[in-house]
Amino acid sequence: MRVNEMEPQDTAFVPADSLPAAYAHQQQDTRKEWDTNELESIPTAGLFRQVAGRFMKHRLAVIGLVVTFLLLITGLLAPLLTPHSPYAVTTSFSAAPSGDHWLGTDQVGRDVLSRLIIAARVSLIVGFSTVGLYVLFGTLVGLISAYVGGWLDMIVMRVTDMFMAFPFLMVILVVVSALGASLKTIIVVLALFSWPAVARLVRSSVLSLKELDYIKAGRALGYSAPRIWFRHLLPNAIGPIIVNATFGIASAIMSEAGLSFLGMGVQPPTASWGNMLSDAQSLTVLTDQPWLWVPAGTMLLITVLAINFVGDGLRDALDPKS
Amino acid sequence: MTTEVVNQESAHNAHHALPIARLDNVRTYYPIRRGVFSRTAGYVRAVDGVTLNIYPGETLGLVGESGCGKSSIGRTLLRLEDVHEGRIWFEQEEITHFSERRMKPLRTQMQLIFQDPYASLNPRQRVGELLAEPLRAHRLSVNAEIAAEVDRLLELVGLPRSSKDRFPHEFSGGQRQRIGIARALSVQPKLIVCDEPVSALDVSIQAQILNLLQDLQKELGLTYLFIAHGLGAVKYISTRIAVMYLGQIVELGDKNRLFDSPRHPYTKLLLDANPVSHPRLRVREKVVLDGEAPNPASPPRGCRFHTRCPYAQAKCREQEPQLDGSIHAAACHYPLW
Amino acid sequence: MLFYLTRRLLISFPVLLGITVISFIIMKLAPGNPVDMLIDPNTPPELLDAKREMLGLNSSLPVQYWHWLKGLLHGQLGYSFSSYAPVAGMIGQRIGPTLLLALTALLTGLLTAIPLGIASAVRHNKAFDHTMTGLAFIGLSIPPFFLGLSLIYVFALKLHWLPTGGMSTLGRGGGFSDTLHHLILPATVLAIGIVGKKIRYIRASMLDVLSQEYLRTARAKGVKESMVVYKHALRNALLPILTVFGTEIPVLLGGSILVEQIFQWPGIGQLTMQSILSRDYPTLMALNLVAAIVVMTSNLITDILYSFADPRIQYR
Repeated sequence: MRVNEMEPQDTAFVPADSLPAAYAHQQQDTRKEWDTNELESIPTAGLFRQVAGRFMKHRLAVIGLVVTFLLLITGLLAPLLTPHSPYAVTTSFSAAPSGDHWLGTDQVGRDVLSRLIIAARVSLIVGFSTVGLYVLFGTLVGLISAYVGGWLDMIVMRVTDMFMAFPFLMVILVVVSALGASLKTIIVVLALFSWPAVARLVRSSVLSLKELDYIKAGRALGYSAPRIWFRHLLPNAIGPIIVNATFGIASAIMSEAGLSFLGMGVQPPTASWGNMLSDAQSLTVLTDQPWLWVPAGTMLLITVLAINFVGDGLRDALDPKS
Repeated sequence: MTTEVVNQESAHNAHHALPIARLDNVRTYYPIRRGVFSRTAGYVRAVDGVTLNIYPGETLGLVGESGCGKSSIGRTLLRLEDVHEGRIWFEQEEITHFSERRMKPLRTQMQLIFQDPYASLNPRQRVGELLAEPLRAHRLSVNAEIAAEVDRLLELVGLPRSSKDRFPHEFSGGQRQRIGIARALSVQPKLIVCDEPVSALDVSIQAQILNLLQDLQKELGLTYLFIAHGLGAVKYISTRIAVMYLGQIVELGDKNRLFDSPRHPYTKLLLDANPVSHPRLRVREKVVLDGEAPNPASPPRGCRFHTRCPYAQAKCREQEPQLDGSIHAAACHYPLW
Repeated sequence: MLFYLTRRLLISFPVLLGITVISFIIMKLAPGNPVDMLIDPNTPPELLDAKREMLGLNSSLPVQYWHWLKGLLHGQLGYSFSSYAPVAGMIGQRIGPTLLLALTALLTGLLTAIPLGIASAVRHNKAFDHTMTGLAFIGLSIPPFFLGLSLIYVFALKLHWLPTGGMSTLGRGGGFSDTLHHLILPATVLAIGIVGKKIRYIRASMLDVLSQEYLRTARAKGVKESMVVYKHALRNALLPILTVFGTEIPVLLGGSILVEQIFQWPGIGQLTMQSILSRDYPTLMALNLVAAIVVMTSNLITDILYSFADPRIQYR
């Protein structure tokens, strides 16, 4: 037993005797904590406006966005923009750039510029639909896995382990070659081996979010599980998903180009920047006909670079801490 | 103080009424996972055999040190935690094993106010949406009336109508707590579990929130289970008080009797631990609560408090005392009176 | 920690098994089979059938898988469908060049990215930092095959400084300097990808360390800025930086396929491409398995290193 006349150390306890008096003192103003006129009734800028504001300060990201936008327009209007038909074979094979064919012709005599323009479609379609597919799937899986927990979570995590242990490009090559290369296959296969990263990302943010009181409040208010998932968990986890998706578009475009370069992707006569570059595996093309491969490679670089800049800007804009 | 008189009267009436909610020998355990296969290596006995009646119109204060399981009692009552053993009743209906679907209508009857006003509001929702959502989820108002209902709720907790266009982060702690209270009130509950609603706030704001809670109780006929680790707030707002130690209730009685003459040594130590405002009152000798509470995963044998109790005897180490059935009950072999 | 390790290892077995099952199914999805690809179309059908029987292609899928798995448990990876050589031997032959290429690239990448990243952080928001950020983005955005082709074009075809491909000059037997000569271009391509990705990471973690309170204290008590950076900050930033290079190993494995193809480097990547084209299942199965083991091991090592680098992280 210890005798102590000093104030106790446990500050967690509020003084018992002193408080009621203090409370009574303030009895009259229970309802009003501040003057109502203090708050003007102008709605505050929503999250979107705040993020957009921060994004706009990021110079490279804005340039990236403009370039991406131009590429999208090019892709959409491609058939109207091509000076020649991208598939029409002419008699001038591997001709150097001229007034008629600004970027020359390829080995079977097709206009390189037209093929370059139409190939933007392939890249953008692959980029956006692959990411759309796997981000949707990965988000759902991660969300449900984390929210439900237990055995389901355990199994889902082992499955993602499995998919993530495959060396990416190698397994995609094998699968695409097994299933036969087509645009659809490429998209599905790229998505098949990309969703686990998103699922893990979403899972980890949901795991920390679901312990927060506002999720518990939702349960106490009897909200349905989908309402909690889509209205409370997802909006608070969306930032990293968007950033991941943006970088994902760039990497899907790069993967498709790699596959096509190796002859396992988009097959000629359909034009893709990757398969246009694959002509340069012959030394004569590489040495003497740079118009056949330099433009396609440059377009790929510009596209991927622009999208990566957008992703970087979004990351900074969505996470104001960094 | 007129409010106190009213509260005491209602407390007296309450004991003749049927309880609005009842916990019967409830145990809530959390598994401790360990080892290669995450097998369950033991349990944290957060709530370990608690029987408690809550009567309509009263404010039952629940106090104890952090980690004693008081918040778990509130969440168990609301069926937010799985019950290991025991039964839960709400308005003469046993809800222990109700599915989420069967619980849904009851979710409008019992609500929760949280400790941390920063974590309890979805940062992505404007206040108006935050308050309208429960109304939509339970179809409590037709769409045309929702805006008016939100205005009414804001007014009820003393916030200006313009608040509804703003995000939670634009408000102070006290204001956020008002939003949390408005959200709890939106479904027109009968019972509200207040889980340390003022302990994260400045002392001056605490008073405002406590007074607001009292006014709302009078106006709307609410019943509170008021959880706190500070005796001050509990003494101010409660009609009855339950003292908790290591997952069990050690003393339960009328507020004034419990404060004036505690029966359990732990209660006495808690009361003595509070600083006395007037210097002249400080002269009396105090027994000080030493050390930390034992690990709730392996509570001591016998009386759980014997490791820290200044009056512990041989019997206390052997036999577990039960809460005696009197109006001012204590779980102690050698109560102070 | 020991618990964590055993747990990870125990988990990795079913994961590996799952990988082999998935690989097996994928390969059997292919419409053609190796016998059709290999043999002269004029071969009589009976002979083809006998060939299929010999390769075990006539049994059901689970039986085929079971045979493969049994072989694996006896340490046998099977025989190549195209060359009839033991798969283990083929991989053994090819793994040396790939390791040489990958490790050279990793080391070069590390030794370039770390100083540049740190310099970027120290000159935060100055011209140097902005230039580095721009270069880093180009490095991670440039398709490796485009970069490879461009380097060949410039350094081999135009300047004639370096060979266009292969691992050694025909007839000169491939001494150390000859191999090094051939190694420069492919290793540079892989290294640039790594540098591009890691510069920004290193810069960010260095900036994080530089903003810590203890460094402010060091500055406040008059420690020279160079000492602050190189003694206090570097020590705390370096270990986490080193660990992230573990995550590059799987990437290198994938990247080596493209780079080996462009530079005719006789490694695992080329073997993969050849096996894909000839539908050589046993070789592909083995390659997948080896690659998966490499990926999982490097992930595990990264995690373990990380726990040393950051004692706050505890694995259970």
